[in-house]
Amino acid sequence: MQSSSKKFSERFIEGLLLISSSITSLTVVLIVLFLFKEGLGLFSHSAIEEGNVIAVNKNNQVSVLSGEQLKNIFDQKIVNWKELGGSNDSIILFRLEDISNYYSDEQIGENFEHLPECISKLNDSISGIISFFPDKYWTKDFKGKKIEFDPITMKEVFAGKEWFPTAHPAAQLGIAPLLLGTLWVSLGAILLALPLGLASAVYLSEIANKKVRSILKPLIELLAGIPSVVYGFFGLVVIVPLIQQLFNLPVGETGLAGSIILGIMALPTIITISEDAMNTTPRAMKEASLALGASKWQTIYKIVIPYSISGITAAAILGIGRAIGETMAVLMVTGNAAIIPHSLLEPVRTIPATIAAELGEAPAGGLHYKALFALGCILFVITLIINLIVEFISSRKKYQNS
Amino acid sequence: MKLPDENKLEKLKKRRQRIAFIILGTIGYSIVAILISILTFIIVKGISVISWDFLTSMPEEGMTKGGIFPAILGSFYLVTGSIIVAFPIGIMAAIYMNEYVKHGTAKKIIKQMTNNLAGVPSIVFGLFGMALFVNKLGFGDSIIAGSFTLGLLILPIIIRTTEEALKSVDDTFRQASIGLGASKWQTTKNVVLPIAFPKIITGMILSIGRVSGETAPILFTVAAYFLPRLPHSIFDQAMALPYHLYVLATSGTNISESRPMAYGTALVLVVIVLFTNLLANALRKYFSNKVKM
Repeated sequence: MQSSSKKFSERFIEGLLLISSSITSLTVVLIVLFLFKEGLGLFSHSAIEEGNVIAVNKNNQVSVLSGEQLKNIFDQKIVNWKELGGSNDSIILFRLEDISNYYSDEQIGENFEHLPECISKLNDSISGIISFFPDKYWTKDFKGKKIEFDPITMKEVFAGKEWFPTAHPAAQLGIAPLLLGTLWVSLGAILLALPLGLASAVYLSEIANKKVRSILKPLIELLAGIPSVVYGFFGLVVIVPLIQQLFNLPVGETGLAGSIILGIMALPTIITISEDAMNTTPRAMKEASLALGASKWQTIYKIVIPYSISGITAAAILGIGRAIGETMAVLMVTGNAAIIPHSLLEPVRTIPATIAAELGEAPAGGLHYKALFALGCILFVITLIINLIVEFISSRKKYQNS
Repeated sequence: MKLPDENKLEKLKKRRQRIAFIILGTIGYSIVAILISILTFIIVKGISVISWDFLTSMPEEGMTKGGIFPAILGSFYLVTGSIIVAFPIGIMAAIYMNEYVKHGTAKKIIKQMTNNLAGVPSIVFGLFGMALFVNKLGFGDSIIAGSFTLGLLILPIIIRTTEEALKSVDDTFRQASIGLGASKWQTTKNVVLPIAFPKIITGMILSIGRVSGETAPILFTVAAYFLPRLPHSIFDQAMALPYHLYVLATSGTNISESRPMAYGTALVLVVIVLFTNLLANALRKYFSNKVKM
C-alpha cells in the first residue's frame, strides 16, 4: 500500500519536472507563433492608412495603385496620370482640409452633413482629381471611382528604400535602410572588437602569468554584466561629443558611435570565448613545438591559434549576433535616422532600435504595429541562424576532439 | 649556398617574439584600461549625486531634482517577480534534465530549445511580452507582465547554472543514497539538492544583476515614463532603474539639468551589477572550500 502511494508521488513529481523542462520549448514556440502571426499579418494589409479611401474621377483609366505610387503622387513626384498609364491629364490632389478651397462653410453645412455630397461632386467634376478622405464620408451613390490597393508585398518590404510607417496617405515600409544600418553598425563593431579582443585573449591565455590572469579575467567577465543602457549612456555623454569634435560633424550621433559602443560591449564575450578555446590546446602540442626549437610566439601563431580557430570563429559570430540584437545602447547613440547610410559618419537606425523607438506609438493591431512585429521576426530569424551556426561550429570541434 | 648564421636567426626570432609580446600586452592592458575607465567615469560622476535623499525620495521638478525611489522600488518588484517566475521552473527543468533523462532525443530537444531561447534578443522578448501578457492575457502594462517577460528571459540562465551545479555533485552520493533504498526523488531532494544548493544560489544572484539592467523587455510591458505615485498592485505600471536612466538621458523635459540624476541612476545600476557579481564570486569560493573539507 505504502509503496504504491510512493510510486504515485514519484510519478507525479516526474511529470511536474517534465512540464517545467518543457517551458523553454513552449516559450520558443509561443514566441514564434505570436511574432509571426502579427508579423505576417502585415502582408494582408494594404499600405493605405486604415479607415481612409482614395478615390478618382470615374472616367480615369487607372484603377489600381501601389503604396509607393500613391506616396509619389501625394509628394508631387508624379504629376500626370500619363505616368501611371492613364490619359494625359495633370493630377489634382485633394485632401479633406482642401475642401474650403472649393466650398464655403454654409455649403458644407454646420455639422458637415453635406460633406460627403461635396466630395462626391468634386470627384465627378474634376477629371484629374485624386482624393484622400476618411471612409465615413464614402457613400453608396458616390460619383467617383474608389482606387483598389494590393496588399503589401514582400518585395515592397525587403527592397523598399524608405521606412516611413506613419506617412500619409500610404505608409512606406521598406526595411532596406534598417537592415543596412544594422549590418553596418554590427560589422563595424566586430571589425573593431575582433582584433583587439583576440590580442587580449592571446595575452591572457598564453603570455600573462597566472596571477595577472586571475585578476584580469574575472574583471573582464564582470564588465559583460554592465547593463547596455549604462554603456549607451556612457556613449552618449563621452563618445558622441568626441566623434562630433574629431570629425567636425553637425551631430555626433552616428553609426560609428554605435559601432564603438557595440565593439566595447562585445569585447568581454570575444575575449572570454576565444580565451577558453585557446586554453583547450593540448599541452603536448605546445611542448612539442617548443621542443623543436620554435619560440613561444611561433608556437602561438602556428599551433595555438590554428588549433583554436573554430572557437575564435564562434566568438566572432556570437559577437556579431549580440551586436545585431542589441537595442538600448544603439538606440541612444546612433541618431536613428531611417535613411540608407552612405558612411559610418552618418546617423543610422538599426532594427532593434526601430522597434524600441516606435512600438510605444503604434496602435495595437494596426499596420505600423504589424510592421514592427515583422521586424521582430527578421531579428529572431537572423539571431537564430547565428546561434545555430555557432553551435554547429562548436559541436564539430567536440567531435574532432573525441 | 651559405647557411644563415644560426645565432642571427635565433636573435631575430627572439626580437620578433619580444615585439609581438609587447604589442599583445599593450592591447590587452589598454582594453582592460578602457573598460575600467568606463566604470570609473560612471562612479566618479555619480558618487557626488548619491545621497540618502536621492535613494529614498520621489523625482521632482520634471525629474531634475529629488530622487529615484520609485525606480528603485519598481526594479525591486521586477527582480522579485521574475525570480518567483523563473526560479522554481528553472530548477525543476534542470533537475529533470540532469537527474532523470541523462541521454536521449528529449533531452537534446529541450537543450536545443533552451539554447535558442537564450539567444533571443531582449527586444524580441519585449515584443513577445507585449503580445502575450499585455494584450492577449490582458494584464496591461503591469509589474506582473514585466515579471513574466523577464522571468522567461532569465530562465535559460537559471537552468544552465543549476545544471552545472547538479553536475558538480559527485555520483557516489547518488549511488549511496539509491543503495540505501531511497527513491530517485528522495535522492534528489535530500542528497543532491542540498549539496548543489550554494551553486544554484550563485546563479540566482547573477540573474538579479541581469534583470535589474534589462531595458528592452520592459519598455512595453511595464515601464512608466514617469509615475507620480508608487505602484498600488502587481497589475499597476511601475518605473524601473534602467528605463529611468534612458528617459533621463534622452527624453527628459530638461536634459542638461537632469544629467546629474542620470549619472546617479547609472551608478546605482553599476553598483547593483558589481555587488551581485562580487557576492556570487565570494559565495562560490566560500562554498567550494567548504565542500572540499
